[in-house]
Amino acid sequence: MKILVCISKTPDTTAKIAFIEGNTKFDESGVQWIINPYDEWYALVRAIELKEKDPSTIIHLVTVGGVEAEPIIRKALALGGDEAIRIDSNSNDSFTVANEIAQVAKEGAYDLIFTGKETIDYNSACIGSMLSALLDLPFVSLADHFDVTGNTATIKREIESGEETCEATLPMIVSCQKGMAEQRIPNMRGIMAARTKPLKVLTPAASTATTSIQIFDLPPTKSGVKLIDPENMDELVRLLKEEAKVI
Amino acid sequence: MVLVYIDQADQQIKKASLEALSYGAAIAKQLGCATEALIAGTVKENLAELGNYGAQKVHQLKNEALNSLDVKAHSTIIAAAAKSLNATVVVFAHNINGKAIAPAVAVRLGAGIVTGACSLPNTQNGFEVTKTVFSGKAFATIKIETPIKVIAINQNSFGIQNHNQAASVEEINIPIPAASIKITKVEKIEGEIPLTEANLVVSGGRGLKGPENWGILLDLAKALGAATACSRPVSDSDWRPHHEHVGQTGIQIAPNLYIAIGISGAIQHLAGVNRSKTIVVINKDPEAPFFKAADYGVVGDAFEIVPKLTAAILKMKSTA
Ligand SMILES: Cc1cc2nc3c(=O)[nH]c(=O)nc-3n(C[C@H](O)[C@H](O)[C@H](O)COP(=O)(O)OP(=O)(O)OC[C@H]3O[C@@H](n4cnc5c(N)ncnc54)[C@H](O)[C@@H]3O)c2cc1C
Ligand SMILES: Nc1ncnc2c1ncn2[C@@H]1O[C@H](COP(=O)(O)O)[C@@H](O)[C@H]1O
Repeated sequence: MKILVCISKTPDTTAKIAFIEGNTKFDESGVQWIINPYDEWYALVRAIELKEKDPSTIIHLVTVGGVEAEPIIRKALALGGDEAIRIDSNSNDSFTVANEIAQVAKEGAYDLIFTGKETIDYNSACIGSMLSALLDLPFVSLADHFDVTGNTATIKREIESGEETCEATLPMIVSCQKGMAEQRIPNMRGIMAARTKPLKVLTPAASTATTSIQIFDLPPTKSGVKLIDPENMDELVRLLKEEAKVI
Repeated sequence: MVLVYIDQADQQIKKASLEALSYGAAIAKQLGCATEALIAGTVKENLAELGNYGAQKVHQLKNEALNSLDVKAHSTIIAAAAKSLNATVVVFAHNINGKAIAPAVAVRLGAGIVTGACSLPNTQNGFEVTKTVFSGKAFATIKIETPIKVIAINQNSFGIQNHNQAASVEEINIPIPAASIKITKVEKIEGEIPLTEANLVVSGGRGLKGPENWGILLDLAKALGAATACSRPVSDSDWRPHHEHVGQTGIQIAPNLYIAIGISGAIQHLAGVNRSKTIVVINKDPEAPFFKAADYGVVGDAFEIVPKLTAAILKMKSTA
């Protein structure tokens, strides 16, 4: 089985969110980049577990990003995975990113493509679904269990009214969330091995962006907390009812 | 024409879709065009009532096979319907089904998409939509550059608006592609308010010390008619089910009221709840970072305060 895992970089979850150039650009100075948690903890680790069960499995990692994405993809290789592909583009347009990944996916004839549920910076939750349309493949979103026997995958996913188990025939695309696997820490051997694993850099295919970011804004800051006497919960209830009007 | 996809679960229309419909109707008003709705599958509700939320016409693809989510099938037929009806804007709720389907529909229509939209588009100079980014810590205004636009609107960001009209209902015939997945088992969460649809949420953290102490929180939730949530360490320790985990790596919610009990307010937790309209924090540590994000705070021991709050709510409800 050949698996492609989509890896994106995001600012560390504690990064200060600020903007520059007239609020048109995210301020990357001093930002520590991490692998998007859904991609790392769930998509990648589940792919590694599948390879541990069936060592003939091949895992490729793909990222669409500039050179600053290399430490991230190396870290992903240190966790596991056989080789990585970086498409040298900094596009923020989901369609452009999905299109780049779709080219790689077509070339590689993968049986399975894993993405994370969403990136924690732009929160688009688009790439998996877009890939499914570009490649005309089945797509299961928000999966928290994935197993495969032969050509048939069994997946558990979150649905609007609960949880559902479904089956699909490979090839297919799955977006991964909590429950899929447990977070791992790369070990020394993995880190050493990652240094010599192949990392291919591709130039992006020409495609026209469908969207562009115009400007960023920060939400208004809260006017300050109103402290309530712990002995006077009637007052809190009154405020929730009459002032905030939420109950 | 603005086409709004009406999403269902269990043959019931989701509240988030009624909000999406109100939102779509407001866009149509701005553009001076009609609002139509599209529903796949069969539902219990009377579809003419979708007029109350702004639809002039409802198109139904009446086929039971479409009652459960199959992204390949749904995105194919929605795109085909949007094309044959000449929709210029297609609106989805940014909920589980909408997130899964809308981006595929956008690709099939060659349309640009904005997901997680939180306000009406600005159509003065092109078509710009504002969305939440960085898990609610900021907003980005995105220009959609294509002739057809797809928008998925954040839950609880626009509100449901009432229109006093009835919609005409028509069946639409589009060939339905073969199923791409086979559903073998469905486990419904019974009796609980789904977290993402809840207006009121009561949430607990490690400050409650152990699962055996959740009774006070559940009593408060029951008194309010609220859904329950928790911080990540709580679900990681299996004190509470995983679907209650809110935050950067859990579920993102935007209820009218979020009551945080014994939660410190780490930035990753706030990322999942900072879009709540009103936040109440109960914490014994006056320095807990959550107070900075709160509207109302109570400093003290949750084990004493929460039962008092529950009693005060029950008292208010019995005299109201
Ligand atoms: C990449 C990453 C992603 C993460 N994602 C998430 C996420 O999605 N969601 C999430 O929640 N966390 C997430 N975390 C974890 C987060 O950083 C915090 O560790 C976590 O939110 C803390 O949970 P807590 O507030 O329940 O516990 P604690 O931080 O231990 O806080 C307990 C609080 O309870 C108070 N307390 C104690 N006793 C009482 C009492 N008797 N009465 C009242 N108050 C009391 C204490 O003063 C304290 O403020 C993430 C972390 C990382 C690194
Ligand atoms: N630039 C990128 N390169 C590779 N994969 C990506 C990229 N952006 C997003 N993805 C993948 O798509 C998932 C959903 O991202 P998004 O649609 O941007 O929220 C992520 O969790 C990644 O698995």
